[in-house]
Amino acid sequence: MDRREFLASIPAFLLLCQAGGRGGGEALAEGTKAAKEAAEPLWGMGIRVDKCIGCARCMDACKTENDVPKEPFFFRTWVERYTIKTDHTVVTECLDADKGVKPRGMDERDILRSFFVPKLCNHCKHAPCTQVCPVSATFTTKEGAVIVDGERCVGCGYCIQACPYGARYMHPVTHTADKCSFCYHRISKDQGLLPACVEVCPTQARVFGDLNSVASPLTRFRRMEKIDVLKPGLNTEPKVLYSDLDGEVR
Amino acid sequence: MNPETAQHLSDMMNQAQGYIYPNEVEIRWSVLIVTYPYLTGLVAGAFILASLVKVFRVKEVQPAYRLALLTALAFLLIAPLPLLLHLGRPERCFNIMLTPNPSSAMAMFGFVYAWYLMAVLLLEIWFEYRHDMVVWARESRFPMNCVYWALSLFSRDISERAVAFDKKAVRFITVIGIPSAFLLHGYVGFIFGSIKANPWWSSVLMPIVFLFSAIVSGIALVLLLYMFITPLRGKQIDMPCVDKIANFLFYAVIVDFSLEALDFIHRLYESEESIGILAQMVTDRLMVSLVVIQVLLGMIVPLGILILIKLLSVDSELRKLLYFTTAILIQIGIFATRWNVVIGGQLYSKSFRGLTTYKMEVMGLEGLLVALGVLVLPIITLIVMLKVLPPWPKEEAHGGAPAPAAAPAE
Repeated sequence: MDRREFLASIPAFLLLCQAGGRGGGEALAEGTKAAKEAAEPLWGMGIRVDKCIGCARCMDACKTENDVPKEPFFFRTWVERYTIKTDHTVVTECLDADKGVKPRGMDERDILRSFFVPKLCNHCKHAPCTQVCPVSATFTTKEGAVIVDGERCVGCGYCIQACPYGARYMHPVTHTADKCSFCYHRISKDQGLLPACVEVCPTQARVFGDLNSVASPLTRFRRMEKIDVLKPGLNTEPKVLYSDLDGEVR
Repeated sequence: MNPETAQHLSDMMNQAQGYIYPNEVEIRWSVLIVTYPYLTGLVAGAFILASLVKVFRVKEVQPAYRLALLTALAFLLIAPLPLLLHLGRPERCFNIMLTPNPSSAMAMFGFVYAWYLMAVLLLEIWFEYRHDMVVWARESRFPMNCVYWALSLFSRDISERAVAFDKKAVRFITVIGIPSAFLLHGYVGFIFGSIKANPWWSSVLMPIVFLFSAIVSGIALVLLLYMFITPLRGKQIDMPCVDKIANFLFYAVIVDFSLEALDFIHRLYESEESIGILAQMVTDRLMVSLVVIQVLLGMIVPLGILILIKLLSVDSELRKLLYFTTAILIQIGIFATRWNVVIGGQLYSKSFRGLTTYKMEVMGLEGLLVALGVLVLPIITLIVMLKVLPPWPKEEAHGGAPAPAAAPAE
């Protein structure tokens, strides 16, 4: 076989190889894809309501980390204080990011029980915000975090209306929608850090981890605690899970 | 943050009643968004009225046919303006059409709007006016002859065959136009009705309620404009025409009223989790705009007037006055309806534990003056259109002999 014949036979040889190896090759590719997906983390957060002491460090850390306006109106995460009175009426307040717990202004003998509930974007599996965004500026990453592409957002506010948890706001400087991203810039693979709110929580009331991993602290939290989510009736399937959640929490 | 905005939000925070989520302190969709469904409703309603002439052959409404079409176009051209002004990043508005999210109801806006504007209204008006534009291009002086020639897309054929084709085309487009008008406003209702997070909006009836309130407002607007413009031209109002329009208005108001009553009863009967806060919102925040303006002044009083006109033999002068009053009341009522939907849906917290307030700015991009401007602009557009494309024969417009279409019937 001279050089000319050899070169001419290459395409035919490649075609034969492709036809013969198609079945096995595809199965291999699918297997690799499935393995890759299984290896991909699915981020979520657990919140132990009984552990939160209402110090509001998470609120402050979040504002600092993510350039959220310092004024007490817009939050990526916030902490609510519930006070159930002896007459079973409920008083709900939002803590101040800089001051934390405020005096209640009520007679302590009137209080039946009280607790703090940290709130943030629930990174829903069926997120209403991603469904309604007209330009797909809000989307779910492959790791399950729901984030906003500030370069694409048109600032229509439809996602803010669609979020049942009040987790979104219009950023007064960028004029685009903003919300908790699980500190995506910190948790992504090359960084490997925890979200700022989890990092600073002194009582480990917030547990961050991979819902796909058996070894994850979040999976352990999910297994050991009685878990609830906010507004389950809306079928949004939140990835923020609560333990010891009182029925009064909305 | 801008200190003025911070102060404004701080005031809002202090005026909140009960508990609201901290991000809810700002009412995101302001009076500008109220004007958007109001304007598109007028478009859909005016077009439905026009279609009565061509599809259902209601000859009495013929004098108001072209006026209804031009009204629909004038209002449709301005309808996207409040949305554009409201966007946080208006320079990216074309992303909605260039990279739309297929699961988003709002992303369909551009396509529904473009379809209605290009495939329905502009085409129908062009076919309806083509013959006249060719004639006007011949008879007018420079530069209007060139304008008409360009508007007619340089067509010159006014043979019987061509005119017959125009008529057929108008009828065909109107047949397509009716479901399109339903789509246009039903779609706006869907934008609100599909938000499951907001029980005040989330209702399967929302698109239907929007649609019928649109028909009511559009018919009332054309009635109002016809009764206002005709005396200004020194002509007599065609009473069979206004009687017929008022008749359709009467039935549309009854359907609209029934649907809204059904929605109300359904919510009350189901008494879901949100009923407590919604009831509190209606009594504390929306009593005037909902109960007094929308229901009483905007619906019950006009309905009462229209029933009285039907029962008693009212003379034509008094009838004109009553129709005019009814149409104005209905406009106020439908604007209040839009207000109560858009603003009302943001006045209570999704925590169902508190109410917020809406303080409308006077100046500013989302203020009263801009909203008024948005409402006046379609009228200015309509005036220009009436000058360029008069819905009545041209000689009549210049004080010539009255044409049969606009001739008084009494």
